Amino acid sequence: MLAKDAVGRYGEDVAARHAVGLGWSVLDRNWRCPDGELDLVALDGAELVVVEVKTRRSDRFGHPSLAVTPDKLSRLRRLTAQWLAAHDVHPASVRIDVVAVVLPSRGAPLVDHLTGVV
Amino acid sequence: MLLGRTRSVCLVGLSGFVVDVEAHLAPSLPAFTLVGLPDTALAEARDRVRAAVTSSGLAWPNRRITVNLSPAALPKAGSAFDVAIAVAVLAGAGLVDPRAAAATVHVGELGLDGRLRPVRGVLPAVAAAVAAGVPRVVVPAGNLAEARLVPGADVVGAHCLAEVAAHYGAEVDVPDADPVPALVPPRAVAEVPDLADVIGQDAARGCLEVAAAGGHHLLMVGPPGVGKTMLAARLPGLLPDLDEAGAVEVTAVHSLAGVFDPAGGLIRRPPFENPHHTATPAAVVGGGSGVPRPGAASRAHRGVLFLDEAPEFGVAVLQTLRQPLEHGEVVLHRSAGAARYPARFQLVLAANPCPCGNSVGKGLACTCTAHQRRRYFGKLSGPLLDRVDLQVDVDPARSTDRPGESTATVAARVREARAAAAHRLAGTGWTTNAQVPGGWLRDRLGPDRRLVRELDHCVDRGVLSLRGVDRVLRVAWTLADLRGGEAPTAADVGAALALRTRGQVL
Repeated sequence: MLAKDAVGRYGEDVAARHAVGLGWSVLDRNWRCPDGELDLVALDGAELVVVEVKTRRSDRFGHPSLAVTPDKLSRLRRLTAQWLAAHDVHPASVRIDVVAVVLPSRGAPLVDHLTGVV
Repeated sequence: MLLGRTRSVCLVGLSGFVVDVEAHLAPSLPAFTLVGLPDTALAEARDRVRAAVTSSGLAWPNRRITVNLSPAALPKAGSAFDVAIAVAVLAGAGLVDPRAAAATVHVGELGLDGRLRPVRGVLPAVAAAVAAGVPRVVVPAGNLAEARLVPGADVVGAHCLAEVAAHYGAEVDVPDADPVPALVPPRAVAEVPDLADVIGQDAARGCLEVAAAGGHHLLMVGPPGVGKTMLAARLPGLLPDLDEAGAVEVTAVHSLAGVFDPAGGLIRRPPFENPHHTATPAAVVGGGSGVPRPGAASRAHRGVLFLDEAPEFGVAVLQTLRQPLEHGEVVLHRSAGAARYPARFQLVLAANPCPCGNSVGKGLACTCTAHQRRRYFGKLSGPLLDRVDLQVDVDPARSTDRPGESTATVAARVREARAAAAHRLAGTGWTTNAQVPGGWLRDRLGPDRRLVRELDHCVDRGVLSLRGVDRVLRVAWTLADLRGGEAPTAADVGAALALRTRGQVL
């Protein structure tokens, strides 16, 4: 496993713990289809939240959230629709969040939660 | 939801409006949008502000930032909003004390290194803030001297954004950077040349004195090299200092035009503008896209606008001067609104008698055709020339001519004549004879018709229009003031008539 994949994997674990801590029920993690992957799907009450997790070890090349480009956002929308078609879940509303995780060399990871980015 | 708020000033012409600058920080993907009708320079503030905040050692908030300049319908231009935008963002992010920032007006441009750069029009902007009841203003250090000229303003000059943030309680190191100097490098103040430099030309010097004493517009006609330009350049030296209100007005216009050097304080001497004859209407009365900038006519407000080789100016340029001559101000309409600039100047025109310049005396050396001569002066005739009270010929100097009186001597007489006129006109709102309407002058003349018999004669012969009669009477009053007399005599009226008509009627 490459180092960057390990960082990403760890960041997704941090994000999942963050979501559980908010009282969400996590429905799915790393759901894959031919078009791509959704990192985390959860229910915030009656609202379905699709979470894109970005993890970096420092801010040196910009905040992790800056890596979520308009291209990636439109792919997230498309994948969200495919996930809904594939599952028997009927939420009152749907939104897409970004959880940016910075992993400093020491100390706890920093979590920045951006809601409703689309 | 995080909201930061502060204030700035938007200038439309010379009038300033206090603008609320709000920054909204939404927890979403990082972005920065600027709304509220910004122009191109202002839209670029986004990039300058972001770089300046980071360079100052402050953390740029990773939020979706929306900055609104309210009222949103008022078009805003220029880079003077940068500091206010940065402070609003920092206040929204909680990095500075939002309450102190909200009650302060910020004016200034930001460099990418976080230093505050001076901007144009600080004087009218600070004056507008004080008038709107927000006396606390932060300006770039380079503009501090100019901003301090506004009475009642509580001005803070800052070198860099870190200094401003620290002022509002941010924990940031203030670097010891050199301040950005003011836009206009202090230029050597051109000494107004002395009247004693002019050799001979007693008639023209007398005419210049009358123009200075009464505030009359002046036309000088003469062959090349007789000293028309020399004489005109010496007129500002004869005029008295500007009063307090006039000094603020003139300084505000020059600040907005970007030609004001604040080192010497308010402009207290009448300005002198001599645009070249290739000038366009926009250069003379003001222009430019968006909100137009003041032109030479406004920069000459309460001073002298000198048009050398007046018939060589474009007809359009000469015609645009009619509005300021009539109303004392210029109103320019552009896409971003109408700007109103004061332009109550004293017009001095110089012209050759004909295109070749030799049509003096019998005109034997002149090579122009009659048609050329007529066309040359045709440009000046009509409504423009009708407003010029003094029209004189300047004859070639002779070898026996001696230097005349100095500026100081003549200026003292002008001061006394102006004081006499101001005393007579006290309570009317007018200060010089040139501003007084004809009816008022005629009423003051008394029942003695002998005095104006010569004028009546001229009207009957069709030499003088009724408006021309009023103009002659105004000059006659000025001549009486210069003489120290109570009212014009028949001799004054006769002399005034000669000054009005290039001596050709008598």
